Amino acid sequence: MRKIKSVSDLERWRQDIISKQKENGVVISVCGGTGCHAYGCKKVRDQFAKTLRKSGNGQKIRLKFTGCRGFCERGPIVTIQPQGIFYQRVQEKDIPLILSETIEQGKLLEHLLYEDSTTKRKVTSEKEVPFYKAQQRLVLGNNGLIEPTKIEDYIGIGGYQALSKALFNMKPEQIIDEIKASGLRGRGGAGFPTGRKWENCQKAPGDIKYIICNCDEGDPGAYMDRSLLEGNPHSVLEGMIIGAFVIRGSHGYIYVRNEYPLACKNAETAIKQARKSGLLGKNILGSGFSFDAEITKGGGAFVCGESTALIASIEGRIGEPRSKQVHTVTQGLWGKPTNLNNVETWANVPLIINKGSKWFSSIGTEKSKGTKIFSLVGKVKNTGLVEVPMGITLKKIIFDIGGGQQDGKRIKAVQTGGPSGGCIPASLFDLPVDFDSLTQVGSMMGSGGMIVMDEGTCMVDVAKYFVHFLEEESCGKCLPCREGLKRMREILDSITEGRENEEILSLLEELAEVVADTSLCGLGKTAPNPVLSALRYFRPEFEAHIHQKKCPAAVCMPLIQYSISEEVCTGCGACAKVCPTQAIKGEKKQSHHILSEICSKCGSCKDVCKANAVMVQ
Amino acid sequence: MNFEHVGKIIDRYQEKRTALISILHDIQDRFNFLPEEALRKVASRLRMDLNDIYGVATFYKSFSLIPKGKHSITLCLGTACHVRGGPKILRELTKELKIEPGQTTADKQFSLNVVNCLGVCAIGPVIFVDGKFYGEMNPIKTKRIIEKINKNKKRNEVKS
Repeated sequence: MRKIKSVSDLERWRQDIISKQKENGVVISVCGGTGCHAYGCKKVRDQFAKTLRKSGNGQKIRLKFTGCRGFCERGPIVTIQPQGIFYQRVQEKDIPLILSETIEQGKLLEHLLYEDSTTKRKVTSEKEVPFYKAQQRLVLGNNGLIEPTKIEDYIGIGGYQALSKALFNMKPEQIIDEIKASGLRGRGGAGFPTGRKWENCQKAPGDIKYIICNCDEGDPGAYMDRSLLEGNPHSVLEGMIIGAFVIRGSHGYIYVRNEYPLACKNAETAIKQARKSGLLGKNILGSGFSFDAEITKGGGAFVCGESTALIASIEGRIGEPRSKQVHTVTQGLWGKPTNLNNVETWANVPLIINKGSKWFSSIGTEKSKGTKIFSLVGKVKNTGLVEVPMGITLKKIIFDIGGGQQDGKRIKAVQTGGPSGGCIPASLFDLPVDFDSLTQVGSMMGSGGMIVMDEGTCMVDVAKYFVHFLEEESCGKCLPCREGLKRMREILDSITEGRENEEILSLLEELAEVVADTSLCGLGKTAPNPVLSALRYFRPEFEAHIHQKKCPAAVCMPLIQYSISEEVCTGCGACAKVCPTQAIKGEKKQSHHILSEICSKCGSCKDVCKANAVMVQ
Repeated sequence: MNFEHVGKIIDRYQEKRTALISILHDIQDRFNFLPEEALRKVASRLRMDLNDIYGVATFYKSFSLIPKGKHSITLCLGTACHVRGGPKILRELTKELKIEPGQTTADKQFSLNVVNCLGVCAIGPVIFVDGKFYGEMNPIKTKRIIEKINKNKKRNEVKS
């Protein structure tokens, strides 16, 4: 690896990398995101490497093991450049065929192409896949172009150009103005204007200042920070170095969840490479500016996503938040001014510096600029990470990109904002998605989880789920959150067990308001949102549990019973085969029945019954 | 148990109190849990109160004060996994293993953990078994994974 001592060094390195890349005739990229890993992408990659080595083709063909491509549900994903071929669900056995048919003879392998579910047409390139069509992948798009563990790949696509521009052509104040003018707001959830935060930190008195990158990503159902840090760690690091230059920070920390080992590993590699090549450490690019960074691992506590709790955790203490009368930009890590931003926020910074605030602010809505990455998951056909311009409607995300309902059940809501957000009903799906519109309807942007729910999802159960989650994750420091959530959970438990009456809902609402009004930190203040939004839009579901003692979505176990319709059952025996408790009895080609005393109500039988004979009451 | 290694871990972090969480992670990686003896050593070397160390060790979910089983099963119950049937997988796991989350089977073969998100939301429900992710789980697939581990164990016993 070269040691880069000046801007011209960096440029020369880039040119060398580009001309070297041109020598490769074909580039095969295997997605190495965590989703694809679950489908065995490592085996696919290894098989490619083995076969290429054997055939001696290794020279002309470059094999890349990239970061997450977003369309996790269709993994393992393989793309072939320059032809732009997009293969999905690739298995080890397909590799010899890909090499002999596609690479050598230019023939497409039908069974690996994606089929557009509406037109039933097979599509060849990524651009034609409906999942990608409506997206604008400014931040996430590079994941597919580079190998996250190779700094050369990042340099080759213009990496660290923004840093050299910031260090040599801009003053810190100019950078702040540029970030302010871009309208970038914090992607971690609250949406605080990034430029203003930087300005406050820059103006805060003190010789020692710190930079923190928040990759705690505790919101269940959101994983864009993971994919960014895993797939393009240098972009995050570049953003952090620019931020450090602005506030004159000397040291930075990337706080990563313990559940994300690959993100830790790739970020660690990126830091080492940047240090070795002179982009991190003393006298960066010969500018006289010095900054270094390191990784800190979390310990699995949701509350540590909150800035003051996160700081306490880096300091080696219990992750309890403190009052924010004095902000962390003035007194943060070890009492020093600290600038903390989320992974996605940092990754947006190099883009803004490179392309300018005017370009950035042309994307999005009046008060929310740029793009946002969402994790589109739950009961929707196409699941994965999607990056869309702010202001796009929920309908477009869920139906155009997500492909709509998954298994015949009508979509009824989408949950955004994680445990601090709420459920938005399908009647509001024309809503343009930005920070303010989501807050107006009782939810919030949060870090970008978008969990789609259909008729098979019980909204009381979802509210209960979040309160359970928050009760468990409450640090216990202040009473309203600690005890209030416990009581709310008890109420929701008894509603789902059919043990409550009408008055309980007003008590639940009152409790929710007290918890929101009197808790210290963001966790408690927003904790009642999932319950309040469920009550606001799905009250009849609560009432069905209370009055009719029924769960309309057939989820709440004490209120449901499985049975098989004698008339409809064909006696195929599929249900009996999958029943984990052997609760289904019956002769072949004869109607089957369920022994309710040993039935675990898991629903496996209903999932496999082709005749629709399994009933839930 | 050889606790010499604990000293080496603390050396690596130059006895910094701020590195406590990282030190505990490293100790857990080595011993599979946090043994009392190791925590006492950390307390004396970092000149900290043992109470504070236990405070941190019990506050963060990643740490365990009891030995873990040979095979670790982690079930994700993030929102996406929850709405796609995560609780059914939990019921199946507790039924098959006869333990609750956070516990280890009597034969020290399995440890069961539940986490609030593994960040593999697109293919939920997800379980993480011995370093490998399994997506789109259902009760019967869960049962088969456990059966397979047990079968391998038996086969290995026969071989040896």
